Amino acid sequence: MYVAVKGGGKAILNSHELIAETRRGDPAVPELSTRQIANQLGLAVDRVMAEGSICDRDLAALAIKQAQGDLVEAIFLLRAYRTTLPRLAMSEPIDTARMLVRRRVSAAYKDIPGGQVLGPTYDYTHRLLDFALMAEEGAGAPVAPMGDAPLDEGMPHVADLLDYEGLIEPELADPEAPEPFDLTREPMSFPAGRDQRLQNLARGDEGYVLALAYSTQRGFGGNHPFAGEIRMGEVGVEIVPEELGFAIDIGDITVSECHMINQFEGSAEKAPQFTRGYGLSFGHNERKVMAMSMVDRALRAREFGEIARYPAQDEEFVLYHADNVEAAGFVSHLKLPHYVDFQGELNLLRQLRREHDERQLREAAE
Amino acid sequence: MSAVMVSAPVDERRPLLRVESVSKSYGSTIGCRDVGFTLYPGEVIGIVGESGSGKSTLLNVLSAQLPPDSGRVEFDLGHGGLRDIFTLSEPERRRLMRTDWGIVHQNPRDGLRMDVSAGGNVGERLMAIGQRHYANIRAEGLDWLAKVELDASRVDHLPKTFSGGMQQRLQIARNLVTRPRLVFMDEPTGGLDVSVQARLLDLLRGLVRELGIAAIVVTHDLAVVRLLADRLMVMWKGEVVEQGLTDQVLDDPHHPYTQLLVSSVLQV
Amino acid sequence: MSAAMPAPVQWDTAYNFAYLDEQTKRMIRRAILKAVAVPGYQVPFGGREMPLAYGWGTGGIQVTASVIGPDDTLKVIDQGADDTTNAVSIRRFFERVAGVATTEATEEADIIQTRHRIPEAELAEGQVLVYQVPQPEPLRRLEPREAETRKMHGYAEYGLMHVNLYEDIARYGHIATTYGYPVMVNGRYLMSPSPIPKFDNPKMRDMKALQLFGAGREKRIYAIPPYTSVKSLDFEDHPFTVQSWDDCCALCGATDSYLDEVILDDRGGKMFVCSDTHYCGQRRADGHVGPQGVPGVEEAR
Repeated sequence: MYVAVKGGGKAILNSHELIAETRRGDPAVPELSTRQIANQLGLAVDRVMAEGSICDRDLAALAIKQAQGDLVEAIFLLRAYRTTLPRLAMSEPIDTARMLVRRRVSAAYKDIPGGQVLGPTYDYTHRLLDFALMAEEGAGAPVAPMGDAPLDEGMPHVADLLDYEGLIEPELADPEAPEPFDLTREPMSFPAGRDQRLQNLARGDEGYVLALAYSTQRGFGGNHPFAGEIRMGEVGVEIVPEELGFAIDIGDITVSECHMINQFEGSAEKAPQFTRGYGLSFGHNERKVMAMSMVDRALRAREFGEIARYPAQDEEFVLYHADNVEAAGFVSHLKLPHYVDFQGELNLLRQLRREHDERQLREAAE
Repeated sequence: MSAVMVSAPVDERRPLLRVESVSKSYGSTIGCRDVGFTLYPGEVIGIVGESGSGKSTLLNVLSAQLPPDSGRVEFDLGHGGLRDIFTLSEPERRRLMRTDWGIVHQNPRDGLRMDVSAGGNVGERLMAIGQRHYANIRAEGLDWLAKVELDASRVDHLPKTFSGGMQQRLQIARNLVTRPRLVFMDEPTGGLDVSVQARLLDLLRGLVRELGIAAIVVTHDLAVVRLLADRLMVMWKGEVVEQGLTDQVLDDPHHPYTQLLVSSVLQV
Repeated sequence: MSAAMPAPVQWDTAYNFAYLDEQTKRMIRRAILKAVAVPGYQVPFGGREMPLAYGWGTGGIQVTASVIGPDDTLKVIDQGADDTTNAVSIRRFFERVAGVATTEATEEADIIQTRHRIPEAELAEGQVLVYQVPQPEPLRRLEPREAETRKMHGYAEYGLMHVNLYEDIARYGHIATTYGYPVMVNGRYLMSPSPIPKFDNPKMRDMKALQLFGAGREKRIYAIPPYTSVKSLDFEDHPFTVQSWDDCCALCGATDSYLDEVILDDRGGKMFVCSDTHYCGQRRADGHVGPQGVPGVEEAR
């Protein structure tokens, strides 16, 4: 006799226990601490902060531990947590020109005021697995050599140098402009302003933005980009409390920033100038900010009267699918039971096939 | 809203479309300059010129797809008389495009839904104005397929299985099903084989006469205007250099450019 | 509801009642009011990330969280059943963050959150049915652009939807949509009823309860106030029809409910059971027996 199975609740609870056990792994192996993750898997933490939209290394490390290293799941954890946080203040815009630079390179010029600062990068490593890192006692505590002289105080943006000569489109803050769009408070709206697009890309999945940027290099749109500048380091965050009326510094955060210099545009009346693409992220996220700046420029096609015919230039396509929390949720929701609707499809299909067979029989008889 | 737009009996002398001093340029390049004419119901006017003459820009302005820099385009909406089409609200303009106007694109793919059957393509305008009887919609679709000389057996086929000439006929049917009073045609036979062109032009001429449709036909091909247009405007570098009755202009061109155009047509 | 003073609800005080902060709830309630004022119109709202994944009911959860009060009783179903895993997960979420009473009995619930079904038992005035919606835009498959579909709704340009139904009839001889069947609400807005089987569409018309629809990922809320006209799209000569089965429910014998197909063995053996588990259980408790049922038996939990 058929007995409907119950016990979904119990199954879920058991499933949670299973994850906890799998996450801990072999009890003989020391447990991973969130401090270890924050310290030694810093680039994973940086990505989770950027896409999770919270600049907090400890929370991101916790999310990574809880998600067993699944970064998209960790990003989801941070976003859900963010929903519960009250908004205390809006900061002043950070001034990346005053960044305490740890890395700063430009492909557009051989040398620049302040110099090319290589900093910590995998770019020129040889991608050979280092088995020394597998030893139980690890790689020890390496200390990098100190430079002879401190870095320059003044590190002007390369884009500003071009701006000085009028060679690049100016980027001026509009004093009349309303507050920037906030995707965490309002749903997307089209046509999207550049503020909305940049915020969407900043929170967007790195792989997705990377693929779109790559597509523009391969002929699906393309603006002859040059890496004007990529910089990474610490910037101060300031707020202006109402009671004080002046700005106070509340701490430093690490950000990565990319200015892409793109193909010049001009018209009969206006002299041609280089055009810009911009990328910004919490933490050390070069691939992300470079890709972001290229997609930013592609989405500006409309502003420059370019015909938007490629995916990276299609605003609705790019922005709607960039959020990996939304994407992962909707893709994985197919795992939920759909048997009621499937039943409807089964019924209809059986009917259509019956009718088809009847038609065949009739036609054969004729 | 009635199933088919029926225009009030129109005085032959009341203009259907009035164009005044229309100019449009792109930066320092002139698209078209100071174009004006009046179109009456049932009249067909041809706009000829080579590429770059400004005729396509002019057509885009006249069909409300591009606003002019200066000048006016007014259409007789039936009730309420002549209205500047650029002062219409967006819903009014969209409704106009679906009912009282037709636009036949040079490339039929631009004017058809390629993933909808022929019958669906023709029936769409009817469904858009509220028709809800499947068999009737389908019957009207079949009726129109016959009128444009497409085989009835193709009614459920997708346009991508049709030849270029057949797709163009389908596009025409799709536009005419609501009996528009004005149809814009952009190189309606461009890209088709010469033999196919001739048949299509014959069809167009017949339908236009039978339904009393006014039309603006843009083309570089003098044979098209000879067959379809009552009047003719010749464009060169954005300006109208000559206009008049088609036969008069083509048989006795005055402007040197028109003379060049006429004489350079190969006599076969 | 009992006459005695109920004990005050207890919930996980690390969170505000029902998880969302009061500002957010107010924002969502404003969207709900707009939606009720314009039946069938999709109101954009600033949806938040929830602890459940997008696509798994976050829209419905945000709507429920914004309207639920400590005295309310909540029922949660998925595919018509109270005990499918996601229904259990959502019910546990509200037990934890709102501490409200929960029930499986349709008639005892103040709020019913549902995925993909409308309960078989008729709902009463004062009840609220909250639907989980994956894709609020009925035209989305036909027109991917949001900018264009907003205009189509604004100008009531719905011809394209009928073209779609026409194509089905031309190709299959029938309208081939069996769930998420588009409806015209209050004679003005085209609406997606969420992926409920078309069998359930007639229940929406003139329903006594308030119907709210939440799409979390797409960030839209819409509503059908009580006693509103809801008409499923069709052609005059191809009228809308609902599904029917040759069998009745094997357990309770019902012939008027939506039936799930259950595969019994690998030789094609199957039986049909009511999708609405509470409805079926109630019928059996009342003595109805189907061909494979045993009267009044409570299944092992």
